[in-house]
Amino acid sequence: MAELHVELVAADRKVWSGAATIVVARTASGDTGIMPGHTPVLSVLETGPVTIRTTDQGTIVAAVHGGFISFADNKLSILAEIAELADEIDVARAERALENARTDADSHAERRAEVRLLAAGGLKAQH
Amino acid sequence: MGAQLRVYKRRIRSVTATKKITKAMEMISASRIVKAQRAVAASTPYADELTRAVTAVATRSTAKHPLTTENPNAKRAAVLLITADRGLAGGYSTNAIKQSLALAARLRSEGKEVVTYIVGRKGVGYYGFRNLAVANSWTGFSDKPTYGDAKTVAADLIEAFTAETGGVDELHLVSTEFVSMLTQNAIDKRLLPLRIDEVELSDATPAKNQIFPLYDFEPSAEGVLDALLPRYVESRIYNALLQSAASEHAARRRAMKSATDNAGELIKSLTRLANSARQAEITQEISEIVGGANALADASAGSE
Repeated sequence: MAELHVELVAADRKVWSGAATIVVARTASGDTGIMPGHTPVLSVLETGPVTIRTTDQGTIVAAVHGGFISFADNKLSILAEIAELADEIDVARAERALENARTDADSHAERRAEVRLLAAGGLKAQH
Repeated sequence: MGAQLRVYKRRIRSVTATKKITKAMEMISASRIVKAQRAVAASTPYADELTRAVTAVATRSTAKHPLTTENPNAKRAAVLLITADRGLAGGYSTNAIKQSLALAARLRSEGKEVVTYIVGRKGVGYYGFRNLAVANSWTGFSDKPTYGDAKTVAADLIEAFTAETGGVDELHLVSTEFVSMLTQNAIDKRLLPLRIDEVELSDATPAKNQIFPLYDFEPSAEGVLDALLPRYVESRIYNALLQSAASEHAARRRAMKSATDNAGELIKSLTRLANSARQAEITQEISEIVGGANALADASAGSE
């Protein structure tokens, strides 16, 4: 099966790297799925969950806040200022942050917290 | 115990206590250098990917961006100076401050007004004591900067740079480059406006020499550049903060090592002095006893 190499990199660390069959990410113009052999693309990411289907049928979900993806030569780089894998997310903390953001009416913070919960929830649904 | 001996003993005790403290600080700094170096290494994949992307957009499109446009008659230049929050780091902060003052003098001689931004309490203290104007300053994270810190700093600078009126036309960065455990250099470089030709990857190869595929830009080349360039500036500042933090720890370790060595020397020479004082005391006591015995012997010999 064709595969592409994925590097998920946050500003201060490399979060994940490995082989995948498809990666779905939320770009500025909507959800984009990238499969092996995609045309070279460089696009800006929105705050949203990124789903990576690995070659061994696993799924990796990460919450990504601000950044971009670049795909060329079957290598996909996902760069984000902040990126957290689903199992790294502290659900209780994200819920608290969501509540705070709602009371402060901070739409960015609210979106960030929502995405974290979404990514963490997606992992739970599979278990 | 004689008065002189007691004074020596007291000084030895106090120097020993100081030596313990400096030794502890030396070891703490040594372990933090490793951590700081690891942070620098962990941030390079992001910086390199970002550099590649920025260069790819810039070479593949003719998009103009305010952050890359040179103002031919630049009037105001911003200088971001990175210093330490705490002292006891030898010449670390002083060297960075000197470098920034030299840079400011150079910019002034080119007819530009200098606006200073400072990271670190030592720089703030220096400028505050001399009543020099500081546009903005940030403190409290010099030994362990996070990306969020870099973002806060960068946001202010980019805002100043892109402001329609009263903004700055250039942005210079004065930081300390971590070369090795023994060598750290205070350097200044121009961050904005960005010269794409000079963009380098972490291994100092110019990014422009690489051949880039024909990317599809989403939403557009301008849109991508708009999103990337501020990130690029943030990542440069983050890198400078991390390198400066590593340099600060290295400088502190070296300063504390020589302080520990000097304390050891001092203890050694004080111990010698204390020993000779004790010996002098004993000699004096013996000669007093002998003198007294002789005097008694003479006195009793005379009476018989």
